[in-house]
Amino acid sequence: MRDTSERAVVVGASLAGLRGAESLRRAGFAGPITLVGAEAHAPYDRPPLSKHVLTGAVSADATTLPQLTPLDAAWRLGTAATRLDRRNRVVVLADGEAIAYDRLLIATGARARAWPDAGEGRLGGVHTLRDRDDAAALRRALAARPNRVLVIGGGFIGCEVAASCRVLGLPVTVVEPGPTLLARVLGRHLGSVVAAMHEGLGVVVRSGVKVEGLEDDGTGHVVRARLADGTAIAASLIVVALGAVRNTEWLEGSGLAFDSGGIDCDADGYVLDEVGRPDTRIAAAGDVARFPHPLYGGRRVALEHWGHAVAQGEHAGRLLAGAGPGTPYAELPAFWSSQGGVTIKSVGLTQGADCLVIARGDPKQGRFLAVYGRDGRSVAAVSFDCARWLPAYAEQISAGKPFPPIRDGTDRGPFAVLSPDFPEEDR
Amino acid sequence: MSSPPTFDHRPELAGRAADPTGPLPSSPLRVSVDLNRCQAYAQCCYAAPDHFVLHGREALFYDPAPSAADRVEIERARVACPVQAIQVEVPGSNDR
Repeated sequence: MRDTSERAVVVGASLAGLRGAESLRRAGFAGPITLVGAEAHAPYDRPPLSKHVLTGAVSADATTLPQLTPLDAAWRLGTAATRLDRRNRVVVLADGEAIAYDRLLIATGARARAWPDAGEGRLGGVHTLRDRDDAAALRRALAARPNRVLVIGGGFIGCEVAASCRVLGLPVTVVEPGPTLLARVLGRHLGSVVAAMHEGLGVVVRSGVKVEGLEDDGTGHVVRARLADGTAIAASLIVVALGAVRNTEWLEGSGLAFDSGGIDCDADGYVLDEVGRPDTRIAAAGDVARFPHPLYGGRRVALEHWGHAVAQGEHAGRLLAGAGPGTPYAELPAFWSSQGGVTIKSVGLTQGADCLVIARGDPKQGRFLAVYGRDGRSVAAVSFDCARWLPAYAEQISAGKPFPPIRDGTDRGPFAVLSPDFPEEDR
Repeated sequence: MSSPPTFDHRPELAGRAADPTGPLPSSPLRVSVDLNRCQAYAQCCYAAPDHFVLHGREALFYDPAPSAADRVEIERARVACPVQAIQVEVPGSNDR
């Protein structure tokens, strides 16, 4: 246990930061804790932002997260950290304040990747979606009934935005440069199931084509997108859903190992410096932390999952509190997405999978569970409205069981082994 | 298309008391559900039907900021969840 005079600072008043600070306290850390947040808001929950906030069922400012352990913390909200000085052990904020730390948790997360043409990205009607303020702005724009919404990018955020538009009865088109929706995460095989589902909702899906440029009406408001195939789509509201960039710029000059894909951590969760040595005063958690996952051969991953932010935040809190010996962080990755009333849940990492079985149900009926395998091992399972089976498969995946697992547990007979069919560039 | 259900988060309704001359409205409760854990047993929907609704087969829609006046219902929902996926903060219990 740490000396009570030790000071802890959490940079990132996020889900990972909040759960990390709570975990420090639960692990017995008795010194002062300061939470620093770039946004003016207390930590809030993101999952509703791409769903019920957009449909207007929940207001953006109702998403403040429950605090589960009394923190007795100091809060610096609305002021970003701009520099980390490890020699003097201080975090410098945008307003010049320097906060000393003995233990530091980095949970600065990620931001939406901007449209590559900055001028076009600033046009009226062009949105990204990541933060609470983004969601409130997009909600206002949707409530103004645009003639058509164009979603650029068919990943999870893009799919959820499109489904929300259909709940509102708005015409919506998704343009995805890959072969189908969600192909990078799920492969073409299941991605095409998702695309069919969206078409059933009335979403226009245009895959295999890129948006080349955005055009305005002469007054600075977007009216149209030009596609690489020479066609154009008229839309007065564009949602750029091209993934996320990690918030690591403030670490410039800190001597730590980072880039736009995250800050490098060791297996325990301590951050690494430029020559690969851990700094045992500093841990990272959530979207910003890139760490070697023991279940996947130590492959370095940075995961943007809700459950991961909670679990890794809690892990980092215990680590920084000095509670018990360091154990590698090995939480099985898991996420959910809800689109058009269908709940998609995933455990494990599908990346690099070379085979796939439908282990339960039938994609044609809309309710099924698929297991992904790689090199003879089960590495991930994905359920569509079939969540109650998922924990059994999660257990098998965590235990590194062969592919396909649970051979005798169904009445389906031998599995047909399929290819997940991932796009080439992600192989 | 039927219009989606909504939760009313107008500040003047937060913490609305049965007695309109009673104390000033307090902050809302804070609710979060771990939807990785949720398996759509829907016990919360029976315990607090105004705040938890199941959409489709297993998409749980919940009110993240119920009025403090509904604390008993929300607590009933939290306790009823077979997988303990519901987290609740009671106003005044923390320092934020």
